[in-house]
Amino acid sequence: MKYLEEYRDPALAKALIHRILDRATKRWTLMEVCGGQTHTIVRQGIDELLAPAVEMIHGPGCPVCVTPLEQIDKALAVAARPGVIFTSFGDMLRVPGSDCDLQQIRARGGQVRVVYSPLDALEIAIRHPDREVVFFAVGFETTAPANAMAVWRARELGVGNFSVLVSHVTVPPAMTAILESPDCRVQGFLAAGHVCTVMGWTEYEPIAARYRVPIVVTGFEPLDILEGIWLAVKQLEEGRHEVENQYVRAVRRDGTVPARELVGQVFQLVDRKWRGIGEIPMSGLGLRPEFAAYDAERKFAVEGMEVSEPAECRAGAVLQGILKPHQCEAFGTRCTPEHPLGAPMVSSEGACAAYYNFGRLRHQPAGTAG
Amino acid sequence: MSDAPIGVSGLVCPLPASASDRIQLGHGSGGKMAAALLRDRFLPHLDNAILGQLGDAAVLSLGGLELAMSTDTFVVSPLEFPGGNIGSLAVHGTLNDLAMMGARPAYLSAGFVLEEGLPFDVLDRVVRAMAGAARAAGVPLVTGDTKVVERGKADGLFINTTGIGALTPGFRPSPERAQAGDVVLVSGPIGRHGMTIMSVREGLGLETELESDSATLWPLVELLHQAVGDRVHVLRDPTRGGVASALNEIAASSRVGFVLEEGGLPVPPAVRSACEMLGLDPLYVANEGILTAILPEAAAAEALGVLRGHPLGVGATIIGRAVAEHPGLVTMRTFLGGTRVVDMLPGDQLPRIC
Repeated sequence: MKYLEEYRDPALAKALIHRILDRATKRWTLMEVCGGQTHTIVRQGIDELLAPAVEMIHGPGCPVCVTPLEQIDKALAVAARPGVIFTSFGDMLRVPGSDCDLQQIRARGGQVRVVYSPLDALEIAIRHPDREVVFFAVGFETTAPANAMAVWRARELGVGNFSVLVSHVTVPPAMTAILESPDCRVQGFLAAGHVCTVMGWTEYEPIAARYRVPIVVTGFEPLDILEGIWLAVKQLEEGRHEVENQYVRAVRRDGTVPARELVGQVFQLVDRKWRGIGEIPMSGLGLRPEFAAYDAERKFAVEGMEVSEPAECRAGAVLQGILKPHQCEAFGTRCTPEHPLGAPMVSSEGACAAYYNFGRLRHQPAGTAG
Repeated sequence: MSDAPIGVSGLVCPLPASASDRIQLGHGSGGKMAAALLRDRFLPHLDNAILGQLGDAAVLSLGGLELAMSTDTFVVSPLEFPGGNIGSLAVHGTLNDLAMMGARPAYLSAGFVLEEGLPFDVLDRVVRAMAGAARAAGVPLVTGDTKVVERGKADGLFINTTGIGALTPGFRPSPERAQAGDVVLVSGPIGRHGMTIMSVREGLGLETELESDSATLWPLVELLHQAVGDRVHVLRDPTRGGVASALNEIAASSRVGFVLEEGGLPVPPAVRSACEMLGLDPLYVANEGILTAILPEAAAAEALGVLRGHPLGVGATIIGRAVAEHPGLVTMRTFLGGTRVVDMLPGDQLPRIC
């Protein structure tokens, strides 16, 4: 694929690794915000190769993982209704709710379909006017524009049997919450490139200044990540704390203005619960009142559902970078991809899944290493 | 957290997905869920010495003849795809299971479940493709059955095929025979069948030039046998679950580890692009026209030579080796020099959000 192999060049990667190892005078602690970056890091063994210079801790940027249990339970309740076609990105199907997951709802006769775009869900609604079609709108700022577009189009076309179950979250409040935590060890961030493709990086400038942390907007390929780490380490060594853009081929300072505007027209900032972390004020996106007719929580009267998180899953500590996945008591023993206690073990961007699937040789489960 | 161990029965947290009381799609994926289904639901009732071998085909002794027998059911959607249709696939799939045991396919049967309303022209194309595939393989279809079910009870049509073949004397490739020091070959590029199906599925709208690799593999097996004989320790067609699942199963059966080289994997650019877009790993994507062979390094050059001389094996290449370390585990050296585990998947690969 063009524009892909270039970012996986072994010689360039090795040169960057050496540059980072040579430049670091101490071991710095960096957090990559996005789960896609976590997977590249663990899959390619970047954490292992850079271990003397950098400790990578894995942030909350996995949309599946931070979706609170009660949103999953709401999805399950809606998907189990007769006459509903529940549509979702594939990732969400295996995430455990309180007593089952979407795959099991499907096995019990529920209409659950994987779509690749919310606009496909809208198409299904147009083709099935006798059904209620619901799309599970999860994700960070990255997926918000397409989800906003689906709602916007539904109103424009007068499609009344379409609604969205919204569980959108935004990155900057989560970063602030992590930095405010007394346990915070993060000295610099790799910000999520695709989020910034939409939003730009102006929101990060006050965070970098206030908490004196370098923030490098970073892409997802191995060379992107190595360069992002290099820029962050260089800032730390030089005592700087700025927002820098590694992902220049995709991100501009103001982001993508039409996408941001569309998001602003359909969604507004709301308080949002994060799985394992709790409620963070003004950290999510909810539908604006003028789009209330497309709100599946209202349509199916599930707004009031409240569910507490399971005690054994320590996703919250993992998502805040306080605990490494393999340090969890349940990792690889009572919690595996087949028997997940929480979303980070099943999501394709979850840190626990990355450690389990790719890193098991290096990161023995706590239970087996004694 | 308490230091006391928590028994599974004491858990108050959500029940895990696989504690379900009914069949889910993931049970059909060829991953861990499929293995558990076989282990927990079928073998307790049906186990016997032959079935218990769990090979691609059963090895039978009948009137002094050594035979292999295999059966497979095909439920692909869409029914027709670039590079073939469900008919050619149903022939190739079963013949290849025989070939992987070192058996020359001899006869084939077919059972059809037809859905009310299936257009005759679709059925005709499917049957024509079956006939073409069987004729090309030199294997006659000698008995069959048809059933029709009401509209909505089947997805157009389902086909079951069963094949029998004659085992080649003194040639017994088997999943238990991989040894440390062996090399792992594949006969061609990986991921083409699975990504072809994904790319033509309704609603995906991926435009690629991909074609399914569906083909009969016996000619390659025969060439390998002629060239290196029984030094071929293991043969496997990495269908559902892909190369990764096949190697995990072999690693478990042979109690060896495998180390793959990421840089050496033959992934066609179109497969790689489609996988990148959907967040899938080509190592887990189905193939229907390549084989994996595991044999001693000393035999590798000859094996590669004969494979590359056949149109189906032009892209044959070494992708890794068997090691004594980490028995049962497949790992991969990444192009950066890191190492990662290449695990069995629990169920289907699921496309990601962003």
